[in-house]
Amino acid sequence: MTGEFLGLPMTVWTIIGAAIVTYAARAGGHLVLSRFRRIPPRIDAALNAVPAAVLATLVAPAAVTSGPAEAVTLAICLAIGFRLPMMAMFCIGWALIVALRAAGL
Amino acid sequence: MSPTRSEFFQGVRASLPIVAAAAPFGMLFGALAVDNGLTVGEAVLMSATVFAGASQMVGLELFGASIAPWIVVLSVFAVNFRHVLYSAALGRRIGLFKPWQKPIAFFFLTDPQYAASEARADRKLALTMSWYMGMALPVYVLWIVEAYIGGVFGSLITDPAALGIDFLLPIYFLGLVLGFRARPNWLPVVIASGLGSILAFYTVGSPWHVSLGALAGVAVAMLLPPQSPEDGEIAP
Repeated sequence: MTGEFLGLPMTVWTIIGAAIVTYAARAGGHLVLSRFRRIPPRIDAALNAVPAAVLATLVAPAAVTSGPAEAVTLAICLAIGFRLPMMAMFCIGWALIVALRAAGL
Repeated sequence: MSPTRSEFFQGVRASLPIVAAAAPFGMLFGALAVDNGLTVGEAVLMSATVFAGASQMVGLELFGASIAPWIVVLSVFAVNFRHVLYSAALGRRIGLFKPWQKPIAFFFLTDPQYAASEARADRKLALTMSWYMGMALPVYVLWIVEAYIGGVFGSLITDPAALGIDFLLPIYFLGLVLGFRARPNWLPVVIASGLGSILAFYTVGSPWHVSLGALAGVAVAMLLPPQSPEDGEIAP
Protein backbone atom coordinates (compact mmCIF):
# COMPACT_ATOMS: atom_id res chain seq x y z
CA MET A 1 0.00 0.00 0.00
CA THR A 2 1.60 3.26 -1.10
CA GLY A 3 0.68 6.93 -1.49
CA GLU A 4 -0.47 9.65 0.87
CA PHE A 5 -3.71 11.43 1.62
CA LEU A 6 -3.84 14.72 3.56
CA GLY A 7 -0.19 14.23 4.49
CA LEU A 8 -0.66 10.82 6.10
CA PRO A 9 0.37 7.48 4.53
CA MET A 10 -2.49 5.32 3.27
CA THR A 11 -1.43 2.68 5.78
CA VAL A 12 -2.31 5.07 8.62
CA TRP A 13 -5.70 5.83 7.06
CA THR A 14 -6.37 2.12 6.70
CA ILE A 15 -5.53 1.58 10.38
CA ILE A 16 -7.87 4.44 11.33
CA GLY A 17 -10.61 2.87 9.20
CA ALA A 18 -10.02 -0.51 10.86
CA ALA A 19 -10.24 1.15 14.28
CA ILE A 20 -13.53 2.87 13.39
CA VAL A 21 -15.25 -0.29 12.11
CA THR A 22 -14.00 -2.26 15.12
CA TYR A 23 -15.44 0.32 17.51
CA ALA A 24 -18.66 0.36 15.48
CA ALA A 25 -19.01 -3.40 16.01
CA ARG A 26 -18.27 -3.12 19.73
CA ALA A 27 -20.71 -0.29 20.39
CA GLY A 28 -23.21 -1.04 17.62
CA GLY A 29 -24.45 -4.36 18.95
CA HIS A 30 -25.77 -2.67 22.07
CA LEU A 31 -27.27 0.21 20.10
CA VAL A 32 -28.93 -1.84 17.35
CA LEU A 33 -29.46 -5.44 18.42
CA SER A 34 -30.71 -4.55 21.91
CA ARG A 35 -33.85 -3.23 20.20
CA PHE A 36 -34.71 -6.76 19.10
CA ARG A 37 -36.07 -9.13 21.68
CA ARG A 38 -34.59 -12.03 19.74
CA ILE A 39 -32.43 -12.32 16.64
CA PRO A 40 -34.00 -14.39 13.82
CA PRO A 41 -32.37 -17.88 13.97
CA ARG A 42 -30.93 -17.76 10.45
CA ILE A 43 -29.35 -14.34 11.03
CA ASP A 44 -28.00 -15.60 14.35
CA ALA A 45 -26.53 -18.66 12.61
CA ALA A 46 -24.94 -16.41 9.97
CA LEU A 47 -23.41 -14.09 12.60
CA ASN A 48 -22.08 -17.07 14.55
CA ALA A 49 -20.40 -18.46 11.46
CA VAL A 50 -18.65 -15.24 10.38
CA PRO A 51 -15.33 -15.44 12.29
CA ALA A 52 -14.55 -19.08 11.44
CA ALA A 53 -15.67 -18.53 7.85
CA VAL A 54 -13.41 -15.50 7.37
CA LEU A 55 -10.40 -17.07 9.10
CA ALA A 56 -10.69 -20.33 7.13
CA THR A 57 -10.25 -18.35 3.89
CA LEU A 58 -6.87 -17.16 5.16
CA VAL A 59 -5.67 -20.70 5.91
CA ALA A 60 -6.94 -22.87 3.05
CA PRO A 61 -5.21 -21.08 0.13
CA ALA A 62 -1.97 -20.90 2.16
CA ALA A 63 -2.16 -24.68 2.59
CA VAL A 64 -2.48 -25.47 -1.13
CA THR A 65 -0.43 -22.71 -2.78
CA SER A 66 2.68 -22.29 -0.61
CA GLY A 67 4.58 -25.57 -0.97
CA PRO A 68 5.04 -29.01 0.60
CA ALA A 69 6.66 -27.81 3.85
CA GLU A 70 3.78 -25.38 4.46
CA ALA A 71 1.09 -27.93 3.51
CA VAL A 72 2.56 -30.59 5.82
CA THR A 73 2.88 -28.08 8.68
CA LEU A 74 -0.75 -27.01 8.42
CA ALA A 75 -1.97 -30.62 8.10
CA ILE A 76 -0.14 -31.65 11.28
CA CYS A 77 -1.28 -28.49 13.09
CA LEU A 78 -4.87 -29.26 12.12
CA ALA A 79 -4.55 -32.79 13.52
CA ILE A 80 -2.96 -31.74 16.84
CA GLY A 81 -5.03 -28.56 17.17
CA PHE A 82 -8.10 -30.58 18.15
CA ARG A 83 -6.28 -31.91 21.23
CA LEU A 84 -3.72 -29.29 22.25
CA PRO A 85 -4.21 -25.70 23.42
CA MET A 86 -3.72 -22.95 20.86
CA MET A 87 -0.32 -21.91 22.19
CA ALA A 88 1.11 -25.47 22.10
CA MET A 89 -0.15 -26.04 18.56
CA PHE A 90 1.29 -22.71 17.49
CA CYS A 91 4.75 -23.47 18.91
CA ILE A 92 4.84 -26.96 17.38
CA GLY A 93 3.74 -25.50 14.04
CA TRP A 94 6.48 -22.89 14.24
CA ALA A 95 9.12 -25.55 14.95
CA LEU A 96 7.77 -27.71 12.11
CA ILE A 97 7.93 -25.03 9.43
CA VAL A 98 11.49 -24.12 10.39
CA ALA A 99 12.59 -27.79 10.48
CA LEU A 100 10.86 -28.79 7.23
CA ARG A 101 12.26 -25.79 5.36
CA ALA A 102 15.73 -26.45 6.75
CA ALA A 103 15.37 -30.06 5.54
CA GLY A 104 14.76 -28.64 2.06
CA LEU A 105 11.15 -29.74 1.71
CA MET B 1 -9.56 0.76 50.61
CA SER B 2 -12.67 2.30 49.07
CA PRO B 3 -15.04 -0.08 47.24
CA THR B 4 -14.13 1.57 43.95
CA ARG B 5 -10.40 0.97 44.44
CA SER B 6 -10.81 -2.58 45.64
CA GLU B 7 -13.05 -3.36 42.65
CA PHE B 8 -10.44 -1.87 40.34
CA PHE B 9 -7.76 -4.14 41.80
CA GLN B 10 -10.07 -7.16 41.64
CA GLY B 11 -10.29 -6.40 37.92
CA VAL B 12 -6.50 -6.09 37.67
CA ARG B 13 -6.11 -9.50 39.33
CA ALA B 14 -8.65 -11.03 36.90
CA SER B 15 -6.68 -9.57 33.98
CA LEU B 16 -3.35 -11.24 34.82
CA PRO B 17 -3.92 -14.59 33.04
CA ILE B 18 -5.13 -12.69 29.96
CA VAL B 19 -2.09 -10.42 30.07
CA ALA B 20 0.20 -13.47 30.14
CA ALA B 21 -1.65 -15.32 27.38
CA ALA B 22 -1.81 -12.27 25.11
CA ALA B 23 1.83 -11.20 25.55
CA PRO B 24 3.41 -13.51 22.94
CA PHE B 25 0.78 -12.54 20.39
CA GLY B 26 1.14 -8.84 21.16
CA MET B 27 4.85 -9.05 20.42
CA LEU B 28 4.29 -11.35 17.44
CA PHE B 29 1.95 -8.73 16.02
CA GLY B 30 4.62 -6.05 16.28
CA ALA B 31 7.25 -8.27 14.66
CA LEU B 32 4.97 -9.41 11.83
CA ALA B 33 3.77 -5.85 11.25
CA VAL B 34 7.31 -4.73 10.58
CA ASP B 35 7.90 -7.85 8.46
CA ASN B 36 4.83 -6.85 6.40
CA GLY B 37 6.13 -3.34 5.75
CA LEU B 38 4.58 -1.28 8.55
CA THR B 39 6.71 1.06 10.63
CA VAL B 40 7.04 0.45 14.38
CA GLY B 41 4.88 3.57 14.90
CA GLU B 42 2.14 2.21 12.65
CA ALA B 43 2.20 -1.13 14.48
CA VAL B 44 1.82 0.67 17.82
CA LEU B 45 -0.94 2.87 16.36
CA MET B 46 -2.83 -0.21 15.18
CA SER B 47 -2.58 -1.97 18.55
CA ALA B 48 -3.65 1.22 20.35
CA THR B 49 -6.65 2.00 18.13
CA VAL B 50 -7.96 -1.36 16.88
CA PHE B 51 -7.09 -3.48 19.97
CA ALA B 52 -8.35 -6.76 18.50
CA GLY B 53 -5.60 -9.33 17.96
CA ALA B 54 -7.02 -11.62 15.28
CA SER B 55 -8.27 -8.78 13.11
CA GLN B 56 -4.96 -6.94 13.43
CA MET B 57 -3.22 -10.04 12.08
CA VAL B 58 -5.73 -10.24 9.23
CA GLY B 59 -5.01 -6.60 8.47
CA LEU B 60 -1.28 -7.35 8.28
CA GLU B 61 -1.77 -10.29 5.95
CA LEU B 62 -3.62 -7.98 3.54
CA PHE B 63 -1.30 -4.96 3.98
CA GLY B 64 1.50 -7.19 2.72
CA ALA B 65 -0.42 -7.96 -0.48
CA SER B 66 -0.99 -4.34 -1.66
CA ILE B 67 -4.76 -4.56 -1.52
CA ALA B 68 -7.19 -1.63 -1.72
CA PRO B 69 -7.56 -0.02 1.74
CA TRP B 70 -11.34 -0.46 1.86
CA ILE B 71 -10.98 -4.23 1.42
CA VAL B 72 -8.55 -4.33 4.35
CA VAL B 73 -11.01 -2.34 6.46
CA LEU B 74 -13.90 -4.58 5.36
CA SER B 75 -11.95 -7.72 6.25
CA VAL B 76 -11.11 -6.33 9.70
CA PHE B 77 -14.79 -5.55 10.15
CA ALA B 78 -15.76 -9.08 9.10
CA VAL B 79 -13.40 -10.65 11.64
CA ASN B 80 -14.59 -8.29 14.38
CA PHE B 81 -18.26 -8.64 13.56
CA ARG B 82 -18.69 -11.10 16.43
CA HIS B 83 -18.25 -8.14 18.79
CA VAL B 84 -21.73 -7.01 17.76
CA LEU B 85 -23.03 -10.01 19.71
CA TYR B 86 -20.79 -9.30 22.72
CA SER B 87 -21.91 -5.70 22.70
CA ALA B 88 -25.58 -6.62 22.58
CA ALA B 89 -25.15 -9.21 25.34
CA LEU B 90 -23.01 -6.99 27.58
CA GLY B 91 -25.52 -4.18 27.21
CA ARG B 92 -27.79 -6.07 29.62
CA ARG B 93 -25.03 -6.33 32.21
CA ILE B 94 -23.80 -2.75 32.51
CA GLY B 95 -26.77 -1.14 34.20
CA LEU B 96 -24.41 0.17 36.93
CA PHE B 97 -22.38 2.16 34.40
CA LYS B 98 -23.05 5.87 33.97
CA PRO B 99 -24.21 6.84 30.45
CA TRP B 100 -20.87 8.51 29.62
CA GLN B 101 -18.96 5.41 30.73
CA LYS B 102 -20.64 3.02 28.30
CA PRO B 103 -19.09 4.38 25.07
CA ILE B 104 -15.66 4.14 26.74
CA ALA B 105 -16.33 0.61 27.98
CA PHE B 106 -17.26 -0.63 24.49
CA PHE B 107 -13.85 0.37 23.13
CA PHE B 108 -12.22 -2.21 25.45
CA LEU B 109 -14.69 -5.02 24.66
CA THR B 110 -12.25 -7.74 23.56
CA ASP B 111 -13.07 -11.48 23.63
CA PRO B 112 -11.52 -12.06 27.11
CA GLN B 113 -13.01 -8.83 28.44
CA TYR B 114 -16.45 -10.01 27.38
CA ALA B 115 -15.93 -13.50 28.82
CA ALA B 116 -14.66 -12.16 32.16
CA SER B 117 -17.50 -9.64 32.44
CA GLU B 118 -20.12 -12.31 31.82
CA ALA B 119 -18.40 -14.59 34.34
CA ARG B 120 -18.42 -11.84 37.00
CA ALA B 121 -22.07 -11.08 36.37
CA ASP B 122 -22.87 -14.82 36.62
CA ARG B 123 -21.26 -14.91 40.07
CA LYS B 124 -23.64 -12.10 41.14
CA LEU B 125 -20.72 -9.73 41.75
CA ALA B 126 -21.19 -6.07 40.91
CA LEU B 127 -20.10 -5.32 37.35
CA THR B 128 -18.91 -1.73 37.78
CA MET B 129 -16.86 0.57 35.59
CA SER B 130 -14.04 0.35 38.20
CA TRP B 131 -13.81 -3.44 37.93
CA TYR B 132 -14.23 -3.31 34.15
CA MET B 133 -11.38 -0.84 33.67
CA GLY B 134 -9.20 -2.69 36.19
CA MET B 135 -9.59 -5.69 33.92
CA ALA B 136 -9.20 -3.77 30.65
CA LEU B 137 -6.34 -1.33 31.27
CA PRO B 138 -3.48 -3.79 32.04
CA VAL B 139 -4.36 -5.81 28.93
CA TYR B 140 -4.60 -2.65 26.82
CA VAL B 141 -1.46 -0.88 28.03
CA LEU B 142 0.69 -4.00 27.71
CA TRP B 143 -0.80 -4.80 24.30
CA ILE B 144 0.56 -1.45 23.07
CA VAL B 145 3.95 -1.93 24.75
CA GLU B 146 4.22 -5.42 23.25
CA ALA B 147 3.58 -4.09 19.74
CA TYR B 148 6.49 -1.68 20.26
CA ILE B 149 8.83 -4.37 21.62
CA GLY B 150 7.86 -6.81 18.86
CA GLY B 151 8.26 -4.13 16.21
CA VAL B 152 11.75 -3.15 17.39
CA PHE B 153 12.90 -6.77 17.51
CA GLY B 154 11.09 -7.60 14.26
CA SER B 155 13.11 -4.99 12.41
CA LEU B 156 16.31 -6.77 13.54
CA ILE B 157 15.26 -10.00 11.78
CA THR B 158 16.95 -10.08 8.37
CA ASP B 159 15.75 -13.44 7.02
CA PRO B 160 12.15 -14.04 8.17
CA ALA B 161 11.70 -17.12 5.92
CA ALA B 162 14.56 -19.05 7.55
CA LEU B 163 12.93 -18.47 10.95
CA GLY B 164 9.49 -19.38 9.62
CA ILE B 165 8.18 -15.90 10.55
CA ASP B 166 6.44 -15.41 7.21
CA PHE B 167 4.30 -18.52 7.76
CA LEU B 168 3.21 -17.86 11.36
CA LEU B 169 -0.01 -16.10 10.39
CA PRO B 170 -1.65 -19.09 8.64
CA ILE B 171 -0.73 -21.29 11.64
CA TYR B 172 -2.17 -18.67 14.01
CA PHE B 173 -5.35 -18.35 11.93
CA LEU B 174 -5.72 -22.14 11.89
CA GLY B 175 -5.58 -22.10 15.69
CA LEU B 176 -8.29 -19.43 15.78
CA VAL B 177 -10.47 -21.43 13.37
CA LEU B 178 -10.16 -24.46 15.66
CA GLY B 179 -11.00 -22.28 18.66
CA PHE B 180 -14.48 -21.73 17.22
CA ARG B 181 -15.17 -25.46 16.79
CA ALA B 182 -17.87 -25.54 19.49
CA ARG B 183 -20.04 -23.29 17.32
CA PRO B 184 -23.07 -24.81 15.58
CA ASN B 185 -22.33 -26.24 12.12
CA TRP B 186 -18.65 -25.35 12.50
CA LEU B 187 -17.31 -28.14 10.26
CA PRO B 188 -19.56 -27.56 7.21
CA VAL B 189 -18.96 -23.81 7.49
CA VAL B 190 -15.18 -24.21 7.60
CA ILE B 191 -15.16 -26.72 4.73
CA ALA B 192 -17.35 -24.44 2.59
CA SER B 193 -15.18 -21.38 3.33
CA GLY B 194 -11.95 -23.28 2.78
CA LEU B 195 -12.97 -24.84 -0.52
CA GLY B 196 -14.72 -21.65 -1.61
CA SER B 197 -11.62 -19.56 -0.94
CA ILE B 198 -9.34 -21.99 -2.82
CA LEU B 199 -11.73 -22.03 -5.78
CA ALA B 200 -11.97 -18.22 -5.75
CA PHE B 201 -8.20 -17.91 -5.37
CA TYR B 202 -7.66 -19.83 -8.62
CA THR B 203 -10.55 -18.32 -10.60
CA VAL B 204 -11.25 -14.73 -9.47
CA GLY B 205 -7.92 -14.25 -7.70
CA SER B 206 -6.68 -12.61 -4.52
CA PRO B 207 -8.00 -10.71 -2.49
CA TRP B 208 -11.54 -11.75 -3.48
CA HIS B 209 -10.98 -15.26 -2.18
CA VAL B 210 -11.40 -13.85 1.35
CA SER B 211 -14.85 -12.33 0.89
CA LEU B 212 -16.13 -14.99 -1.54
CA GLY B 213 -14.91 -17.87 0.63
CA ALA B 214 -16.38 -16.31 3.77
CA LEU B 215 -19.66 -15.76 1.93
CA ALA B 216 -19.78 -19.47 1.02
CA GLY B 217 -19.30 -20.44 4.69
CA VAL B 218 -21.92 -17.98 5.95
CA ALA B 219 -24.39 -19.14 3.27
CA VAL B 220 -23.95 -22.74 4.45
CA ALA B 221 -24.57 -21.63 8.04
CA MET B 222 -27.81 -19.92 7.00
CA LEU B 223 -29.05 -22.85 4.91
CA LEU B 224 -28.33 -25.66 7.37
CA PRO B 225 -30.92 -26.35 10.05
CA PRO B 226 -30.00 -24.38 13.21
CA GLN B 227 -28.34 -26.27 16.08
CA SER B 228 -28.34 -25.66 19.85
CA PRO B 229 -30.83 -22.78 20.17
CA GLU B 230 -29.23 -21.43 23.36
CA ASP B 231 -26.06 -20.52 21.49
CA GLY B 232 -25.77 -16.85 20.59
CA GLU B 233 -29.16 -15.97 21.98
CA ILE B 234 -29.33 -12.43 23.22
CA ALA B 235 -32.46 -12.25 25.34
CA PRO B 236 -31.95 -13.77 28.81
